[in-house]
Amino acid sequence: MLTFILKRLLIAIPVLLILIVGTFVLMYTAPGSPFATERGIPPAVLANLEAQYGLDQPFIVQIWRYIVGIVTEFDFGPSFIYRDQDVNDLIGQGFPVTLTYGVWSFLVAVLVGGTLGILAAVRHNTWLDYLAVGISIGAQVLPNFVLAPILVLVFTLWLGWLPGGGWQGGQWEYVILPVIALSTSFMASIARISRASMLEVLTSNFIRTARAKGLPMRRVIFRHALKPALLPVISYLGPAFVGMITGSVVIDIYFSTGGIGQFFVASALNRDYGVMMGITVLLGALTVLFNLVVDILYAWIDPKIRY
Amino acid sequence: MALLDVTDLSVSFDTPDGQVHAVNGMSLTLDPGDSLAIVGESGSGKTQLAFGILGLLAKNGTSRGSVKFNGQEILNLPEAQLNKIRANEIAMIFQDPMTSLNPYMRVGEQMAEVLMLHQGTSKRDALEDSAKMLDAVRIPDARSRLRMYPHEFSGGMRQRIMAAMALLCRPKLLIADEPTTALDVTVQNQIMELMADIQRDFGTALILITHDLGIVAGTCAETLVMYGGQVMEHGTTDDVFEAPSHPYTLGLLKAVPRLDVPQDALQTIPGDPPDLTALPPGCPFSPRCPLSHEPCKRTMPPLEAFGSGRFRACHAPREDVA
Repeated sequence: MLTFILKRLLIAIPVLLILIVGTFVLMYTAPGSPFATERGIPPAVLANLEAQYGLDQPFIVQIWRYIVGIVTEFDFGPSFIYRDQDVNDLIGQGFPVTLTYGVWSFLVAVLVGGTLGILAAVRHNTWLDYLAVGISIGAQVLPNFVLAPILVLVFTLWLGWLPGGGWQGGQWEYVILPVIALSTSFMASIARISRASMLEVLTSNFIRTARAKGLPMRRVIFRHALKPALLPVISYLGPAFVGMITGSVVIDIYFSTGGIGQFFVASALNRDYGVMMGITVLLGALTVLFNLVVDILYAWIDPKIRY
Repeated sequence: MALLDVTDLSVSFDTPDGQVHAVNGMSLTLDPGDSLAIVGESGSGKTQLAFGILGLLAKNGTSRGSVKFNGQEILNLPEAQLNKIRANEIAMIFQDPMTSLNPYMRVGEQMAEVLMLHQGTSKRDALEDSAKMLDAVRIPDARSRLRMYPHEFSGGMRQRIMAAMALLCRPKLLIADEPTTALDVTVQNQIMELMADIQRDFGTALILITHDLGIVAGTCAETLVMYGGQVMEHGTTDDVFEAPSHPYTLGLLKAVPRLDVPQDALQTIPGDPPDLTALPPGCPFSPRCPLSHEPCKRTMPPLEAFGSGRFRACHAPREDVA
């Protein structure tokens, strides 16, 4: 097991290198410039700026400097748009915010979605099942850019219970609405996957054996059916967790939370090469890490999987 | 008093294609320690009969009639009361040992939970008893096997584990549903020997469900032939095999491949098993029966007693069946 984890972490290095080079090439070949403005910049100024950020160097030199910077000093370079800030600062400020509401969203999505899905499967074809399926379909088709303004409308403007935006260091009243808005669609997916997989497990032969042993239904479900029913959910949860803790554009913009989610789109539109690379590497590293976590969980659940 | 008394048991399923009538008015009795083989083709309702008795039908299934165990009506009992009987009084072994054990739990845990549930045994003692029972079904090195998972055993071994698990509470009745179907021939033989030993050593009554006549002869004192969810013939195994009184039994016996008679092709019964959504009004076997005549198509023949403790349901005269 330990050698498996070490091996996977070693493989992560070339994976991330390929990710860096690939993204770099794409950005290098894409038209546009971080310094482009509507009025245009005098050529001399542009040349100065490009020299300052090293953009006048040949491609090979640029990418070499970038990678060396990461490897030797863990330096992801400067932001090309937010002057005087480098990528580490920006992510350092924004990531704790998205991590906070992301982890809470994850917990809510798993607990609510999992409970709904399992209840629906156990009470298959009863009103409870239809209700759970209805809720999860409703939650799935309601995009967060629609849900977020509805939440603000109801809880901020009408009821006046919760602030409609801001972060204030992550005080709980500022966290609630972003968490609801972000977790809803994940919750719906988890409910659907866990319902389907629980339904399938409940028809398997070993569940019939468990029933023939005289085990009460609660025990059949929790001791015999839950573990195998969780397997497909877990493989969904790895990427979903990464998606949640890296935040979302919609959440960050609607609730002005200041997370890194807003950088996803903004950095690509602004050609903020530094931030875009930084976000991509962060996302890539987290994805690799949590896929590894998923594989470890698989081995823990399924005795047939041994590394 | 009979151990098991099934009267007019019917099992049907609601499906999108209509009602599937798997079992249609079956009756049988079994005394303590008896052994009964229920034989018939796939789709003749054997397995659903067993599931109906134990209340293990799929959710769309319903059962009617009466099943008395030790004089107590157990058909359609509430789940909580059935759970006291399952494994404790009536245990079951299933068709496919490869999928009937929980692949995610250690064998020891799966076995021990039966004793912990029904007899309140401590986990330690339950594991101890489980090891002894594995020993009894001749699994070598039983104690260390308790910590293993089902996939670490062969099919034959898993069926032994199923048998051991079924016997933990010393049930009075063991229902074995095609216990050898998924196994190869030599292992089949070992499992059948095990069934016979279980019967002898534990005094358990046995219902053996099978489509393989070859394994019936040595194991069960009585044989019941089933078709279309109904009894075709019932008697001692010797009588049924030596002098079958029903054309269906005769067809089944002729279909057993023999080594001592030269044969070019396997003998079969022409036609297909009946469509359980639309059974004919008369005898379900009549469309395939060589002796079928007018009344067979209209009315189901009653189950008639004849000889010494034999029963048959057939309109054709007995002497014509040969």
